[in-house]
Amino acid sequence: VNLEVNGKRFAATPAPGDCLRVFLRELGWYGVKKGCDGGDCGACTVWVDEKPVHSCLYPVFRAEGKRVTTIEGLAKDGQLHPMQRAFLDAQGFQCGYCTAGMIMTGASLTDEQKQDLPRALKGNLCRCTGYGSIRDAFAGIHNVAPDAAGESRGASVPSPFAEAIVTGQARYTSDIPMPEGLLHLKVLRSPHAHAKILSIDRSEAMAVPGVVAVFTWEDVPRRRYSTAIHEDNRVDPDDTYLLDNVARFVGQRIAAVVAETEGAAEEGCRRLEVEYELLPAVFDPEEAMVPGAPILHDVGGDSHILHPDRNVFLELHGEVGSVADGFAQADAIYEGTYDAPRQQHVHLETMQSIAWRSEDGRLHIRTSVQGPFIVKGKLCYLFGIMPADLHVFTERVGGGFGGKQDMMSEDLPLLATIKTGRPVKWEFTREEQFIGATTRHPMKTHVKLGAKKDGTLTAMQFRIVSNTGAYGNHGGETLANGMSGPWAIYKCPNKKGDGYAVYTNLHCGGGFRGYGTGQPTFAVESALDELAALLEIDPIEIRRKNVVGAGDEMLSVLQDPSDLTMGSYGLDQCIDAVEKALASGRGLPKPPGEDWLAGSGIGLSMLDCVPPTEQRSGSEVALLPDGGYHFTVGSVEIGNGLVTAQQQVVAQIMGCATARVSLLNADTDKTPYDSGTFASVGMMVPTKAVENAAVALRDKILAFAAETTNLPPAKCRLEEAAVLCGKRRVPLTELYSLAKEKREMLSCFRKAYGSPRTVAFMAYGVRLAVHRVTGEIRILFNVEAVDTGVVMNPNQVRGQVIGGVVQGLGWALQEKMVYNADGAVINPTLRNYRIPAFADAPVTEVFFADTYDKIGPLGAKSIAENTINPVAPAIGNALKAATGIRFTALPFSEDRIFSKLQELQTAGG
Amino acid sequence: MNLNTVREIKRPRSADEIRQWRDGDAWLGGGTWLFSEPQIATDTLIDLETLGWQAIASGSGGIEIGATCKIAELYAFRPPDEWKSGALIGECCRAFLSSFKIWNEATVGGNIVMSLPAGPMISLTVALEGTYTLLPREAPPREVRAADFVTGNHANVLERGELLRSIHLPATALAKSFAFRRSELTHLGRSSVLLVGTRNKPAGGLTLTVTAATVKPVQLTFDASPTAAQLRAAIDAAIPESLYLDDVHGSPSHRRHLTYHYAEQIRQELDS
Repeated sequence: VNLEVNGKRFAATPAPGDCLRVFLRELGWYGVKKGCDGGDCGACTVWVDEKPVHSCLYPVFRAEGKRVTTIEGLAKDGQLHPMQRAFLDAQGFQCGYCTAGMIMTGASLTDEQKQDLPRALKGNLCRCTGYGSIRDAFAGIHNVAPDAAGESRGASVPSPFAEAIVTGQARYTSDIPMPEGLLHLKVLRSPHAHAKILSIDRSEAMAVPGVVAVFTWEDVPRRRYSTAIHEDNRVDPDDTYLLDNVARFVGQRIAAVVAETEGAAEEGCRRLEVEYELLPAVFDPEEAMVPGAPILHDVGGDSHILHPDRNVFLELHGEVGSVADGFAQADAIYEGTYDAPRQQHVHLETMQSIAWRSEDGRLHIRTSVQGPFIVKGKLCYLFGIMPADLHVFTERVGGGFGGKQDMMSEDLPLLATIKTGRPVKWEFTREEQFIGATTRHPMKTHVKLGAKKDGTLTAMQFRIVSNTGAYGNHGGETLANGMSGPWAIYKCPNKKGDGYAVYTNLHCGGGFRGYGTGQPTFAVESALDELAALLEIDPIEIRRKNVVGAGDEMLSVLQDPSDLTMGSYGLDQCIDAVEKALASGRGLPKPPGEDWLAGSGIGLSMLDCVPPTEQRSGSEVALLPDGGYHFTVGSVEIGNGLVTAQQQVVAQIMGCATARVSLLNADTDKTPYDSGTFASVGMMVPTKAVENAAVALRDKILAFAAETTNLPPAKCRLEEAAVLCGKRRVPLTELYSLAKEKREMLSCFRKAYGSPRTVAFMAYGVRLAVHRVTGEIRILFNVEAVDTGVVMNPNQVRGQVIGGVVQGLGWALQEKMVYNADGAVINPTLRNYRIPAFADAPVTEVFFADTYDKIGPLGAKSIAENTINPVAPAIGNALKAATGIRFTALPFSEDRIFSKLQELQTAGG
Repeated sequence: MNLNTVREIKRPRSADEIRQWRDGDAWLGGGTWLFSEPQIATDTLIDLETLGWQAIASGSGGIEIGATCKIAELYAFRPPDEWKSGALIGECCRAFLSSFKIWNEATVGGNIVMSLPAGPMISLTVALEGTYTLLPREAPPREVRAADFVTGNHANVLERGELLRSIHLPATALAKSFAFRRSELTHLGRSSVLLVGTRNKPAGGLTLTVTAATVKPVQLTFDASPTAAQLRAAIDAAIPESLYLDDVHGSPSHRRHLTYHYAEQIRQELDS
């Protein structure tokens, strides 16, 4: 094939069935991304002879003689294309993985198409932004603030990777020239929900040209572990083997094949002959707990499984006060059961790893994980590797949302590299993300609330049954989390909770934004509205009456000694802001006609800003020869904007512009240890470490400058590029040289620890209209008010909020994983599992409470997870307000709610 | 995605060059479906692009659409104003789940032979009383009514290796007035129901085409405009419960409900 790419001519001989996307990437045009490889997400959009196409669907042989333009070729003569400039000015991205495709699509639009963005952008999916900043980019809105020295706290400075993102230069996991001799890994996954493997015949597979090795359960260390990434591995059960001789869900990996090409590895998988003995399977957690149910894990007590004989990984029970007394005092009692289903993360970059051995014998893994240090620890344990011999790192990661808080893609490439001596790459397909990765845990919550006439809660009781799937990774911690915050936000003295994390033969739950709190929040925030209705109290008033106030004890049924404190309090401001916004009348009018019913609803959420278990990080900040600063930190940039915030913290403390601050993150060789970027810890732990190190370095520089100039340190002040010592300005470059001469290190390393922990608050309000005949729901207005302490970067935080809201709307209204009777997911593609597209995302207002946190860095606190939690119940409450009907099972898609609406009409509505 | 089992691409100048049809052969239209999923049973792609079929032409008898006509070409086509149903072309193109970028490659014929319930080119051509010309491998060309082509979800009357050549939309149907209703679970998403009514106004009968809601298209014709009760009864008679599609894009009961709802709206709209 001869073709022109970005003005350069290329000739190559691809395989006949290859698509243009893969071909372009092999030529080194890494701006062409793989989001789905099936034409649904648009991340691979390029132009062929000026026409935008999805290059994953474009047969490469048809590109003969054509002119291809990728994101790398869009800028002309060093000048960004206006669409690139617009995305830069608006910071129209978060992880940036979808951005190249967004820009290539946007830059191809006619003016007429730009008038109808929902339609023009329906072929481009973004999971991070909720499309808010993308809408801004098309509207020509500038969201960036000037990068002023010493004024970066609270300023919307751009991401340090912004230019790289809009030009396709930002490097995600696979965006590097592949090591020489690379092998590709593919896995055979179980077609059965529960089966014992009797034999695996690999001879046919090994006979496939290009296949180098096959690995099965017989080839791996027989050591139990959990894929979940936590500092304390005892919070997860040791119930998993690298490869096992029992399949416990459809999609479990059975064998790995490595080959010279992906095609050969796939063919090798198809040629494996596996003999299974089918075992009875159980999919419902309540049924799984009944005596006589099929047992998933027949293992000993060292596994941390509480009741293997009842499929119960963990159960938690607790009571504070007496709910019996509390219900006896109540004037009204409400009881209901709420069904909160799975949700897939759909980070646009699928999980992937590349492993290799360097000449010095060390092993390296470049990966897409949220916690490279813990992965390293697990791999050292599993393979018996000395820690010094293994290096795990990430560069830019294309979204996470908790989906990459498991070790899923690193272990098999490492195994294959150890066994073959060659570099090995494994890239999940989008289908594998749906069938073999984790999801939000489905949870059923039975809730019972009692209150006095004036709305004062007297008792809260709940029972949560969480379906942890075939393995218990995150099952316990999500359950404990779900039993805490959603209930502790209310100061009722009598609370009782029972929770069960139960094994079934479905694929496993994992960490998902909200981490077990979104599901019970759906229950309790819905139930509170029902209770308010019984008492004829306004839903906002019943919340005001019962929420914790500043300094109140946050009473959890789990009475472990807790380091949870209220470092700041802004819930009152959040509630006021949402109430005011809903009352303002802003937003779209109700559609005309009596068939449209409108209503408003709200929901609240409280988030523990750090997990209760161990969480630690460290950072080193150093003065550079050019007078700038460099910091290292172990946390991962997954589109959360963490590195921007960290850069701002350093710049703020050093009194310089962020442009003078460079960084390196998430590398077990080159950065300090970090427990991982999850549980909304980004600001609270690693950024705190950055703050600590920066403060220490500032003081050290001032002390050194004072010593040099024979002045007291108090007379010295750090400026943009110099220290002002009395009246003398000593350039930082000079100080650096002086320090070097004196063998003084102008760098500081400091640690941070996730304790004590603070809390963040959130209120979400929505007004919607529902069509009583069709069931269609339209969001007319929605607002989220967030208490996140000092807002380090308003534009980034706004992006996190809108992204969380839209992900929450996806869960509430449309996302649905469907299984067949055999336990297989039937819709493992983005065209059949519909995450919100631009057309589904309403304009969302964001309000920031004015608070300063005593614990977080520079007064800031967590944001990421809390944003999603109150959305689903607020939608349910608004539906109730509009129709009088309480819907208790998500998602509220029109085909699931319409039949109840018909009953309403028959009843005379 | 790469189709790693494909070993050969054939680029014939004429469909007649492909006489022997073997297991593993697949006609390649735009490739937007073929390349969207693994095709492990396919080892040879036979490119239709090199056949150079005319995309679209119109004359007094109606519109002739080549099977390889890209959706973008169809969407750009402007039929004469006197064909009141000409606007249905745009409506049906916009009913695609896929965006305009896919339309640059996807073909009209590809959408029809995929024979998915929500295929909007099926909706269009059935509603406009189209006829398809098919090219069997070893027999003379044959014609089938669009309404008879799709036999089930992802199933049709094509014989092994048989190729859809072209679609004829008659001027008589294009001259009718139309009413269009579509519903989807997500905004601009895949159709859960797509109903088209056409009528020779003022006195003509109603032709109602139900697609997306059902596993295959259902067409109801009324010599005179039906009453609401007659319409409902006719739907009941023509569409048993089992014919309503059950998939992730809509439940059968909702599809049935919306079929009644929108059919009645169409009846009223075309009556007015």
